[in-house]
Amino acid sequence: MRHALHRLGFFVVTLWACVTLNFVLPRLMPGSPILDMMAKYRGHVTQKALEAIETAFGIETHASLLTQYWQYLGNTARGNFGISLTQSEPVSQVIGGAVWWTLGLIGVTTVLAFILGTLIGIVGAWRRGGWLDGILPPVFVITSSIPFFWVGMLLILLVGRFDPRFPTSGAYAYGTTPGFNWPFITDVLQHALLPALAILVTSIGGWILTMRNTMVTVLAEDYVRMARAKGLPGWRIMFDYAARNAMLPNLSGFAMSLGFVLSGAIVVEYLFSYQGVGYYLLLGVVNQDYALVQALFLLITVAVLVAILAADLLTAVLDPRTRTGG
Amino acid sequence: MATMQIPAGAGQAPEAGLPGMPGSAGTASERAAGRIWRAVKSNKKALTGAIILLLFVIMAIIPGQIAHDPPQAFIYGRSLGPSAQHLLGTTPSGQDIFAQVIWGARETLIIALVSGLLSTLLSMIMGIGAAYLGGWWDNGLNLITDILLVIPTFPLLIVIISYYPHSSLIPLIAVLVITGYSYGARQLRAEALSLRNRDFLEAARVRGERRFYIIFVEIIPSMTSLIMAVFLGTAVYNVIAAATLQFIGFGDPNSLSWGTMLYWAENGEALQTGQYLWAIAPGLCIALLGAAFALLNYAFDEIGNPALQRVKLTRRRHSPPWRIRAERAR
Amino acid sequence: MLSAPADRPQAAATERYTGGSAVRVPILTVSDLSVAYASRRGDVCAVENVSFELAAGEFLGIVGESGCGKSTLLFAVAQLLVPPARITGGSVAFKGTDLIALSERDLAPLRWKEISVVMQSAMNALNPVKTIGAQFADAMRAHGVTARQEIADRSAEVLAMVGIDREHLRSYPHQLSGGMRQRSMIAMALLFTPDLVIMDEPTSALDVVAQRSLMVQIKELQQQLGFAIIFVTHDMSLVSHFSDRLMVMYAGQVAELGATRVVFDAPQHPYSAGLLDAFPSIRGPKVALTGIPGSPPDLAHPPDGCRFAPRCPQVQDQCRQRPVELYNVDDVQVRCLLRGNGVVQGD
Repeated sequence: MRHALHRLGFFVVTLWACVTLNFVLPRLMPGSPILDMMAKYRGHVTQKALEAIETAFGIETHASLLTQYWQYLGNTARGNFGISLTQSEPVSQVIGGAVWWTLGLIGVTTVLAFILGTLIGIVGAWRRGGWLDGILPPVFVITSSIPFFWVGMLLILLVGRFDPRFPTSGAYAYGTTPGFNWPFITDVLQHALLPALAILVTSIGGWILTMRNTMVTVLAEDYVRMARAKGLPGWRIMFDYAARNAMLPNLSGFAMSLGFVLSGAIVVEYLFSYQGVGYYLLLGVVNQDYALVQALFLLITVAVLVAILAADLLTAVLDPRTRTGG
Repeated sequence: MATMQIPAGAGQAPEAGLPGMPGSAGTASERAAGRIWRAVKSNKKALTGAIILLLFVIMAIIPGQIAHDPPQAFIYGRSLGPSAQHLLGTTPSGQDIFAQVIWGARETLIIALVSGLLSTLLSMIMGIGAAYLGGWWDNGLNLITDILLVIPTFPLLIVIISYYPHSSLIPLIAVLVITGYSYGARQLRAEALSLRNRDFLEAARVRGERRFYIIFVEIIPSMTSLIMAVFLGTAVYNVIAAATLQFIGFGDPNSLSWGTMLYWAENGEALQTGQYLWAIAPGLCIALLGAAFALLNYAFDEIGNPALQRVKLTRRRHSPPWRIRAERAR
Repeated sequence: MLSAPADRPQAAATERYTGGSAVRVPILTVSDLSVAYASRRGDVCAVENVSFELAAGEFLGIVGESGCGKSTLLFAVAQLLVPPARITGGSVAFKGTDLIALSERDLAPLRWKEISVVMQSAMNALNPVKTIGAQFADAMRAHGVTARQEIADRSAEVLAMVGIDREHLRSYPHQLSGGMRQRSMIAMALLFTPDLVIMDEPTSALDVVAQRSLMVQIKELQQQLGFAIIFVTHDMSLVSHFSDRLMVMYAGQVAELGATRVVFDAPQHPYSAGLLDAFPSIRGPKVALTGIPGSPPDLAHPPDGCRFAPRCPQVQDQCRQRPVELYNVDDVQVRCLLRGNGVVQGD
């Protein structure tokens, strides 16, 4: 319990660090990027929007830094992130629309990567000395070091250009009506296919290797030998004795890897013009839409922190040693 | 973007063969270096990685000897396909792609190695320093490292660098180092902590050696393989992260590196017009460089933990991993 | 006289050993067993040509220093080796059947029902994520016992044998004390009252007092249920109070093997004598403690002659010249040229 509180406290500190970073960076950077941005957008957005930016970033304001900071914290807590200059609407609205797409993409991809990766890793460790175990490490070490966006580019080049079944742009086609109708859903799935594949190919390698290595270590443990001595059937040893123990340390790794998968998703979404959180983040970054960028950054960090907390909870639930505090 | 790092626990065994007698620390480093060299030679994965790395290093040192065309001159025919004069064809603005790839190795490699080294150095300071200094130093440094560890690195990277559009190499490397050092610091700190109570350190303390001596002469040589692993892991991350940043458009678009090439390929609609080589070649090189570091890293992990090594044994199909056919001597 | 050959037909004896002069028909016959570890530089032979027999209900202690191969021998007998270790020769005949030749599927019915294992550290040998009861149930279900009541009853029964309350069936290993964990491991080994229980240093992780009480308990259980025990330890003096026969191993070979009282009171191999001298007696006059100088040979490159020669206080030239065989001296097997009177074991 104490440990959980400690963790929670740490996460609050981390979030505070992020918000403060968001506040401090634009005011620190040389070359006044804010003024650049304002110059760029003057004439393209309403006067009200410009004024909002001015207050958000403290330009030409006579309030002290501390007051500005306090205001900023307050605004953030209330979900008021300002106006997105590229989209000409409140940031929270932009995010609200994009979040679902990314969740869908990430959710499916991560779960697939985890399941496939874990299973292949387990089987690979089980059949030590077999061909699978031999090719696994080098193949997946290589696939893990390929940049996400390159895999995406390859997919577009080699598959997307030729086969209309694998669309390379957008989250859904124009002209289809959103809703729970079958054509829309298949359309969404089709659009998500290539991006998901791009993320999957690169992230699965890490999964397989980690799982395999943990399994190998666990398989050398005494309790596995004991299970053999008892004459238990092979599959039961593999799952009940080996995999269950090997999974535990990997759960928290899974949560941490969410950050890694999100990173990949960002570039992949941008490449495929898939209108998720990552797409807007990169769009904002390229166009100096700082309000949008800051809010999305906060969102992503919160997502990772929540995942880590969830993994901690899951480990506590699954590992009797933490539960009963032995 | 880092590869999925193999958990520290599963990989690293502390250096066998501790520096026995006081004052023999020089031998410890030598022994460690010798061990690493022998290990690299005998392990196929390490060898492959090392060879690839060597090839790229050669490309970086003497690019002019390999590619005879100037990489940035807009003098050739546009969008030509591969031919004897232009091994990989030309860009829509008339540059020779092959030359670009060869010359691009230099900047890419510099980024990878410099940021890798600096990142490892920072990891060592934050990790080993925190472990050895202990107390409030440990808490404070650790908090910073943990926060940076938990915040997803790539988003942090782009947020920071968004304030530096079209910047040059130095801010790029600086940001990479600051955002990427945390994982290595964590690993190094854990290892340093476990070493802190070992007998040979106690002996050094009792002898009255100064703190710095202990850190540099006793602790660090014992951690050589872990430090190597941290360096290699960081190098992979930096290669990919730098390339991605350049691809999006940060970094100097007029510079010559593989990431920038991909930026121009994307902007030049290489994907839509089917100019395969322009998009594939630099990306392949990035992947190979990353793979080289990753292979070396993985091989070092195997060396540290022999249980992970590939075991070649005769085995009946479909039998569990322990059932080895007993060989009869008679 | 102990006889050697492994291919004796129908040695399926389960006649209870009642001590004294009962006819001893072996339930386990190990012949010329050799185990090697595969390594980059070739095979390292960890166990070389070990042979012994075990009668029903007999307590055999195997002692030796770390690295002498005793644990490897144990796992080889129990068919529990893990790569890179593998059996390179010999046979292990349990009630007439050679275990090495059996497939995993054929071995399974024998495991735990006839041969069970107790390991050194219960903390490592028990699955940390399953309750004690679940681990007992696992073993029983694997051998056809599926009725929940039967499983519960039997589990409580074996726990009672070692003095643990049945309530602890619901506990996880980390919730029990070290001694309780060890005893529950022993209880688990007795679920099917096997004919042979193999124990790998079960007392090494305990303090001295707990060690002795555990040994007493083991001996009592043995006399109650009549199973044979192979007990591996480095603590010669501890096991010698309880074992019927004693085997001393050195560098992967049998150095001495005979009745406990004989070997303990009058060790013939210089190594056994050295081991005994290393343990001070609590009574009696003060004697200078003599250890055995030097360290065991590197098994990757064993010496040409007797493996103990470099450290032996009685070494002679002939000892270094050729490998030494096992000699039979008054019912005790000794691997020493100085004791050999020409009667080689197996003649």
